Amino acid sequence: GGVPLVGAASADEVPAEATVQAASAGTETAPSPSREGDFGLGRAALPEEVAAWDIDIRPDGQGLPEGSGDVWTGEELFVEQCAMCHGDFGEGAGRWPQLAMGQGTLEGPDPVKTVGSYWPYLSTVWDYVHRAMPFGNAQSLSPDEVYAITAYILYLNEVVEDDFVLSRESFAEVTMPNEDNFYMDDRPEVELARFSEAPCMEACKDGVEITMHARVLDVTPEGGGDGGGIDLEGSSGSPGDAAPEPAAAPADPEPAADPEPATEAAAAGPDPALVETGAQVFRKCQACHEVGEDAANRVGPHLTDLVGRPIGSVDGFNYSAVFEEARAAGDVWTEEHLAEFLADPRGTYPGTKMSFGGLRKDDEIAALVAYLRSAGAE
Amino acid sequence: APDPAITELQPWQQYLGEGVDARPYGFPSEHEAHVVRRNVPWLTADATSSVNFTPLHELDGIITPNGLCFERHHGGIAELDPGSYRLMINGLVDSPLVFTMQDLLRFPRENRVHFLECAANSGMEWRGAQLNGCQFTHGMIHNVMYTGVPLRLLLEEAGVRTSAAWILAEGADASGMTRSIPLEKALDDCLVAFKMNGEALRPEQGYPVRLVVPGWEGNMWVKWLRRIEVGDQPWHHREETSKYTDLLPDGRARRFTWEMDAKSVITSPSPQAPIPHGPGPMVLTGLAWSGRGTIPRVDVTLDGGVTWTEARMSGPSFDKSLHRFYHDFVWDGRPMLLQSRAHDSTGYVQPTKDALREIRGENSIYHNNGIQTWAVNESGVAENVEIS
Repeated sequence: GGVPLVGAASADEVPAEATVQAASAGTETAPSPSREGDFGLGRAALPEEVAAWDIDIRPDGQGLPEGSGDVWTGEELFVEQCAMCHGDFGEGAGRWPQLAMGQGTLEGPDPVKTVGSYWPYLSTVWDYVHRAMPFGNAQSLSPDEVYAITAYILYLNEVVEDDFVLSRESFAEVTMPNEDNFYMDDRPEVELARFSEAPCMEACKDGVEITMHARVLDVTPEGGGDGGGIDLEGSSGSPGDAAPEPAAAPADPEPAADPEPATEAAAAGPDPALVETGAQVFRKCQACHEVGEDAANRVGPHLTDLVGRPIGSVDGFNYSAVFEEARAAGDVWTEEHLAEFLADPRGTYPGTKMSFGGLRKDDEIAALVAYLRSAGAE
Repeated sequence: APDPAITELQPWQQYLGEGVDARPYGFPSEHEAHVVRRNVPWLTADATSSVNFTPLHELDGIITPNGLCFERHHGGIAELDPGSYRLMINGLVDSPLVFTMQDLLRFPRENRVHFLECAANSGMEWRGAQLNGCQFTHGMIHNVMYTGVPLRLLLEEAGVRTSAAWILAEGADASGMTRSIPLEKALDDCLVAFKMNGEALRPEQGYPVRLVVPGWEGNMWVKWLRRIEVGDQPWHHREETSKYTDLLPDGRARRFTWEMDAKSVITSPSPQAPIPHGPGPMVLTGLAWSGRGTIPRVDVTLDGGVTWTEARMSGPSFDKSLHRFYHDFVWDGRPMLLQSRAHDSTGYVQPTKDALREIRGENSIYHNNGIQTWAVNESGVAENVEIS
């Protein structure tokens, strides 16, 4: 929705075949109930309600809000908010999607489908970053931030120069390199007749040989394999890269008990309602952190027995330098210190790689701390 | 010797079992604990944006039990409260509307059985035999009876303007899932569904409301459906550009490959379901389906495609639904190369994997409906192979 823009990239590229195919898509055995919308059910959607939910952006720019962002602002935001999964330069970390480069690979044996090499429309980047990113904290970026991050992704893909400013106005100037390489499903013309011939039933071949065995690859889960083959979503890495992090680090050498004087709540035992609320708050963390008995390190370290644990002390996790320093200084995650950190991660530990802006509400912080104590004590 | 299963008094013959209400919402026998959805961990970065697979080799008939329907999430399972559930229709309509759950339940309903297949089902097999088990090669499919309101009725209630040609379906989950769907399809047979197999949708299947787009790729069946926008052109969002487009050998890509081509697979015997007995009478069974209609016929071969026989279809034949086939024969104990080949009601015959590769290459990920081969040895053990 929103206000249409002029200079649209694709207003005239709506595939006419789409309607033809849809019209022939199926016949129902029983007729549907037919009535021309006079049930009088539902109520009018208020403009504020439509504005709250209608956030989609189209290739012609319809739906884009006012705002702008430049490449260098985008780089700062990207490093804070996106690089944990996508790499500082969009190269991708582990199995997370690669966002940049890959041009010239689409015809080869290992196509690398990135924003620059594959995505046909810039609007898709803006829309997706705005509606679904950062992963696990969707819709937390302002329009200016989304413009800036989108500008940086374009720069990483060499679609724009480093002085580029993306705005609602400059949006229409950008054409994605691969736009012309998409075309409407042509199976009806290319395949359906070819695959509708009467098949052979007798003496169809002279002989048969096995040309490939699945067991050679040995990647079936129950077989214990850990690599080989292609990937569901078509990112480029070989599944060997996907081998999970080594299992959970050895148990924390520190005792689980809180070495600090217990707070009133802790002394009385955790408040179940508070812990439950904390479990909800923890959803903001769980894209990167695990907690509990079998928790492993992921993008962030595991948080089992966090309260009372020396800072930066999980074996096998590659901490930011600032946490290594804290560990060297003998600092410990007390409840109070944790609350301070959760309110302002980057203020408390400047340079932390954790791409989370912090919790704004004190009651959410208290609930999360209670949950982490409780989950760690299981 | 006499069978102790008969001659010895068994505990369940002697002692009382649990009474009614011990299992107010029933669950399977403890002996069926191995019948579960399974994941292939190396496929994706994280379980919150991933897929698991229906254990097709353990099932029979055509209906998938709700708890075994494969899952595909893009931002984890959204846990919606039906009390605060709202469905909005906006865009090119006379009256933008908001419906509550109670509103939806006041529209006329339909019941229909349809399969939902992920476009990437069998996608790991483009470059050759890879995963040993039809759960993994073909398990991104399920088939249930949906109860729901025709989307057409809701669109007509809002009043679709004459310039409209597309809708955008949007989910309420953390990925804000969106797909563009041509208006013709939306007005034809799409359902706004709230029940599956008679009970409420499971949370992982979109509770309380999902879209049903019969015969078309599963990604379009938006779960946790919160909004339908009507427009005059497609939105080209992430799931219809960067994903769910089919890259061909010339570096170009097909888009809007919505319909699922006719396909079949032998579910038993198969790598996870070896033949547990020796030579003699046996049952071969499998599933077939088409996004373009019904499956009047399936052929099977035991010798890798030299000789084919028509299988026996059993069970109801619904439009865009799974169909069950059987081949009852006497196994001579020699190795077999098993294949099945579906014919749909349009005359389309399921192609070989090599015939598909001739046109599509190996990089298209989606829409692999090629004929599957299981090699069965003298012991009855089956393996995923490719043959000449």
